[in-house]
Amino acid sequence: MGDGLQTTHTCHRPRGGLLQQKRTTMKIISAQEHQAVESPAVITLANDADPRTLDLTGVTRIDLQFPKFTDGRAYSQAFLLRRRLGFAGELRATGDVLIDQLVQMQRTGFDVAVLREGVDASAAQRQFDRFAGFYQGSAVDTQPQFAKTP
Amino acid sequence: MYQYTEFDKQFVRARAAQHRDQLERFEAGQLTGDEFKPLRLQNGWYVQRYAPMLRVAVPYGEISAPQLKVLAQIAREYDTPDATLLAEAQATQDKLPGLAPKLTTNYGHFTTRQNVQFNWIPLSKSADVMDLLATVNLHGIQTSGNCIRNTTTDELAGVAVDEVVDPRPYAELIRQWSTLHPEFAFLPRKFKIAITGAAEDRAAIGWHDVGLQMVKNAAGEVGFKVLVGGGMGRTPVVGTQIREFLPWNQIMNYLEAVIRVYNRWGRRDNLYKARIKILVKAEGQRYFDEVEAEYQDILVKDGGLHTIPQAEFDRVAACFVTPALNLPVATAEWAAKAEADVSIEAAKTPAFARWIAQNVKPHQNPALRAVSLSFKRVGQAPGDATADQLDAAAALVAKYSAGEARVSHTQNLVLPWVRLDQLHALWLEAKALGLAQPNIGLLTDMIACPGGDYCALANARSLPLAAAITERYQDLDELNDLGHIDFHISGCINSCGHHHSGHIGILGVDKDGKEWYQVTLGGSDGKDLSGPTVSGKVVGPSFSSFEVPDVIEAILDTYKSLRQPALGRHEYFIETLRRVGQDPFKAAANAARHPAEETAA
Repeated sequence: MGDGLQTTHTCHRPRGGLLQQKRTTMKIISAQEHQAVESPAVITLANDADPRTLDLTGVTRIDLQFPKFTDGRAYSQAFLLRRRLGFAGELRATGDVLIDQLVQMQRTGFDVAVLREGVDASAAQRQFDRFAGFYQGSAVDTQPQFAKTP
Repeated sequence: MYQYTEFDKQFVRARAAQHRDQLERFEAGQLTGDEFKPLRLQNGWYVQRYAPMLRVAVPYGEISAPQLKVLAQIAREYDTPDATLLAEAQATQDKLPGLAPKLTTNYGHFTTRQNVQFNWIPLSKSADVMDLLATVNLHGIQTSGNCIRNTTTDELAGVAVDEVVDPRPYAELIRQWSTLHPEFAFLPRKFKIAITGAAEDRAAIGWHDVGLQMVKNAAGEVGFKVLVGGGMGRTPVVGTQIREFLPWNQIMNYLEAVIRVYNRWGRRDNLYKARIKILVKAEGQRYFDEVEAEYQDILVKDGGLHTIPQAEFDRVAACFVTPALNLPVATAEWAAKAEADVSIEAAKTPAFARWIAQNVKPHQNPALRAVSLSFKRVGQAPGDATADQLDAAAALVAKYSAGEARVSHTQNLVLPWVRLDQLHALWLEAKALGLAQPNIGLLTDMIACPGGDYCALANARSLPLAAAITERYQDLDELNDLGHIDFHISGCINSCGHHHSGHIGILGVDKDGKEWYQVTLGGSDGKDLSGPTVSGKVVGPSFSSFEVPDVIEAILDTYKSLRQPALGRHEYFIETLRRVGQDPFKAAANAARHPAEETAA
C-alpha cells in the first residue's frame, strides 16, 4: 500500500467527443404560429399526467406544458414518450419556453418549441452549438460519453 | 485527484462562455431579472444582502494547490465591492443592535458542503471570474438552483484507516453523470447526494436527499447501501434505506430512477414541502415501489445504457492513486523512527503535542498522516480565509501534501498526504500563519453559516455569536477539558449551519423584526462519537443574542457537573446528554435568561 507507484492505467487519456457532434437543433416557432388543434391526432398533456397511460395510436403530435420555465416535469414526460415509449411524432414544448431551456428540451426529446410571446429567437441557435458533447446519454442521443470512446 | 481530459476541460470552458452569453443578454435587457436568476444560480451566482455571492464547486471537496492559488487570486483581485456599496453596507450594519464584527472583503469562505464562497464580487465581473476559474478546471456548475448539487464525501476518503472502498471514483462518476443532466435541471427543489466508503459515516449521509454508503457483500462485491429522503430545513428528516445493496455499476441508472420519480411526483406548490424528504414521508412504500419499477424499466426497456463499464471505472479510478511522495524506502523501521521523532518533539513542545492529538489523523499508509489546518480562530469567521491565507495554504499543500487538499464539511482544510517526518515542519509553518489552533472537533471548531451579515435569507446573524463563543473559550485547557462537541449555528431554518445535527445547535429566528435564537440539544451527524443520525431538540423559547453565550456556558457547566469517567477519560458532552436526558440542561439554559439586558438593547 502507498508505494507511490503509478499504475498502468492512464487516468487522463483523451476521450472522444472533441469533434463537433451532429449539429442538433429544434424547430422554433412563434406563439402566433402555434395553433391549438382540435384533432384526435394532437394531444395536449398536463404536466402532472403520466404519459404511459396514453393510447398513442394515430397520435402525431403531443403538446407538453411548461406553466413556468422552472417547472421541469415536462422534461421527464418528454423522455418517457420519446425514449421509453418510442413515440415518433412531434413533441412540442409550450408555455413559458425560453432560449436557455431549448437545449435541455431537445435532449429530452422535444423537436418543436413555441417560444413565449416576446422572446427574441436570435440567441437560440448558438446555444445548440456551444457544447461539443455531454456526459449523459439523452432521449435522442442515448449513449453516454463514456460509451462513445473507442 | 481526477485529471481533467480535454473533453472535461472544454466542457468547463463552454460553460463559462455560456454564462458570459447569459450575462450579456441580461445586461442588454434581453433576459429579465427573473429569467436570469435560475441561470446564474446554476453557475453559483446568488444576489445576497449587500452584494452577489459566488459559490465555487469543489467536487467532493478535493482541491489542488494551483486551484487554491486561483481562489486566492479571485479573493485578492475580484472580491472587492465598490467603495460606496461597502460604506453603505457598513452603515446599515452599524445600525444593528449588539455585537457586529466589521464587514470584511477579499476572502474566500469554506462551506459545509465542501465548496468555497466569495461575498463581494460584482456581477458585472462574474464572467471574467468564471473564465479564470476554468483555467484550473473550476466552475460553479449546479452549486445552487433546484438541481443535483455537488456530491459531498468523507474528507478522509482514500486515506482513512477504516475505509472499506474509496468513494472518490464513484463521486467523480456521479459528478459527470449529474453535470447538466437535461431532465433534472428544474427539479421541485435542490438535490444533495453524499457518499462515504468508510465504516464510520463522516459524510452525514443520513442528512442528504440521497445518502450512499459503499459496502462489500458476502461475495466481496462492491455496492451501495442507498438512503433516500434525508434533509434538514424546516422539517428535519433522516434518510430511509431504499436499497440494502445496489451493485456499484448501477448507480447512475438507479439515481435516474430515484430522481425521475421525484421530478414527476414531488410537490411544487409549496417551497417548504418540495424536498424529496416530504415526498418519501407522504408516499412511503408507494414511492419505493415506483422507483423500483422505474429502475427495472431503465434496465429492461431502455437497455440500462448508464451501466458503468469496468474500463470506464478503471480510467477514473486510476486518477485516485497515492501520489508520488518521495518517501524514503517506506519500511516499518523508517515509520517507527519517524514516529519516535515526533514523540520526542511532542514531549519537548506541549503545543505541538496538543496539535498532534487534535488535528492529526491516522492514515492508511503508516508513514503518512492527514492533517487539518484550522480556520477557526479569533478575529475571523469560521471557514474564512483571506487571499494571503489562501495563497499560504496553497504553498503548504504543495510543499507537504503532494499538492492536494480537502475542504472539510466542518469548514477547515485537510492535508491528506503529510509525511510523518514533516509534521513538525508543517506545524511550525501553519502556526506562523495562524492555522494551527489545536481545536479540531472541540467547541471552537464550530460550524456557522454566513448568516444575516451577508445572507439575504437569514433571520439572524450567525457570525457575532460565533465570535462571542470563540472569544469566550480561548483557554486551551478549558477547551480540551470540555472535549469533543459539535457546535453548529444556522442563521435561519434553511440550516446551512447544520444546527439540527449539532450536539448543541443554534437557530436564528426572527420575532417582531428582532434577532432571536433557538437552542437545540442532542443532534447527531451520524459519526460514531455522535451516535445514530438524529435531529436535536429545542430546549425552550428562543433567547436573545445577549443571552446565548451565557446559555451555552450554563449548558456546558451542567455537563461538567454531571459527566462521569468513561474508558480512561470523562464522558463526552453528547454521552452525558444521552445518559441523563435533556431536563437538567434545559433547566440550566432557561435559568440563564436575563431579559433585562435584552430590553436595554
